[in-house]
Amino acid sequence: MNSVNDRSRDIGPFLPGPDDDMIICRCEEITKGEIRQAVHDGMWTLTEIRRYLRTGMGLCQGQTCGRLVKGIVARELGISPAELEPATSRVPMRPIEMEVFAKEAPEEKEVGSYED
Amino acid sequence: MKTNAEVVIVGGGIIGCAAAYYLAGMGAEVIVLEGSDHIGNGGSSRNGGGVRQSGRDVRELPLVMYGIRNLWPNLSEELEVDCEYHQDGNLRLGKTEKHREILTKLADSARGVGLDVRMIDGDEVREINPYLSREVICASWCPTDGHANPLTTTLGFYKTARKRGVTFVTGEPVRELRVIKGKIRQVITPNNIYEGENVLVAAGLDSREILTSVGIDIPMTNSLLECLVTEAQPHMFDQMLGTAEADFYGHQTKHGSFVFGGSSGLERYNKDNGTPVNSSKTAPCICRGIMKYFPDLAKVKIVRTWAGWMDASSDGVPALGAVEEIPGLYVACAFNGHGFGIAPAVGEQLAKLILTGRTDVDLSPLHYDRYKAKI
Repeated sequence: MNSVNDRSRDIGPFLPGPDDDMIICRCEEITKGEIRQAVHDGMWTLTEIRRYLRTGMGLCQGQTCGRLVKGIVARELGISPAELEPATSRVPMRPIEMEVFAKEAPEEKEVGSYED
Repeated sequence: MKTNAEVVIVGGGIIGCAAAYYLAGMGAEVIVLEGSDHIGNGGSSRNGGGVRQSGRDVRELPLVMYGIRNLWPNLSEELEVDCEYHQDGNLRLGKTEKHREILTKLADSARGVGLDVRMIDGDEVREINPYLSREVICASWCPTDGHANPLTTTLGFYKTARKRGVTFVTGEPVRELRVIKGKIRQVITPNNIYEGENVLVAAGLDSREILTSVGIDIPMTNSLLECLVTEAQPHMFDQMLGTAEADFYGHQTKHGSFVFGGSSGLERYNKDNGTPVNSSKTAPCICRGIMKYFPDLAKVKIVRTWAGWMDASSDGVPALGAVEEIPGLYVACAFNGHGFGIAPAVGEQLAKLILTGRTDVDLSPLHYDRYKAKI
């Protein structure tokens, strides 16, 4: 956290790869090539990649593609994946219907409802 | 690494990135310093995406109206990203006579500075958006309002500013500014000393502590706002929505998901761990608010929630412009939770102010030294 990161550092040119069409984030249908291009557009953290492309913002919230995206971004930047912080996990753990979520505090609580 | 430039911008949010983009377009050399690890990590990435004029204070209205007329229409092309800008109007909804009073007053004052906004009744509201419940009895309607994607817009300003040669450094929290020979000059971080002929402080709430180092105090406090996003749904409507009660606001995105923001009323007393975190009470409360207006959304699934701090000032409008007592110093902070829609205009006008000393819109009502005691 909070290590100085000069975004003008030269990471070399974007070179097209044979597997750039491969889907990495299945929920949002983002390809390897799009992720690699985003790094060259300046998106150097997993949080920025997610906000820029929507990787890991679909129904599974990145539980499937998180590690793959990390590996691709690290390789493109020429650093170890361990140097990249994962994007923040967000509540709820699984998608939940609005009417269910809303029941956190019922508006009219019946007397004795604590025993229910 | 470059440490010297014509303009040093403190803060890599949408205001800092937009100012950098326009400054570089006018030929200036610029360095942007971001304290966190990520560009646009504060309110810029955490807001509800409103690009609206209605409901705003008349002191900031001319600036946002300027941006919506001149900058927003071509922003996607300029920034080489899809900003997902929609200009399909804004309904601010009311359910009671008290709400009608609040909305009417806001609409009247906005019309006074030339904004096309009017009150409509419940049936007309449902003609515009047939999904709204019968509980809605009125709304203010501003057809030139809209919404956009804050993530791609903020990062689009960053991407194109970087392409124009702006130096961005993240993980550089500014601790202190220094005046040399009566002019602003140095910007100090734990790791480096940067120098600039001009310094723009656009660091949200942190601006207060940074400016304190040169004797300027802009009264601000933090307030937590929370948002949620649903799974993608078939297209329903394109308007931006808000309410008189401020129980929620939001829109349907290009992706199909609904982004809604809101509050529980307990924000000021929430516990936090130093980062903006959701309270367990707020998102369910926002859901209850939404379902009263949109019963059809009850079965839609919530996928994600998040929170962000706003930089709240005592009068609800930003502190913006030159700090005359310290030549070369400029501020842009205290956007009070609605800095996104106004950001392109702020960035462009500040760039003009810094390089030419002039602006198209009068910024004097937003002067940093306007805060006075009540008696």
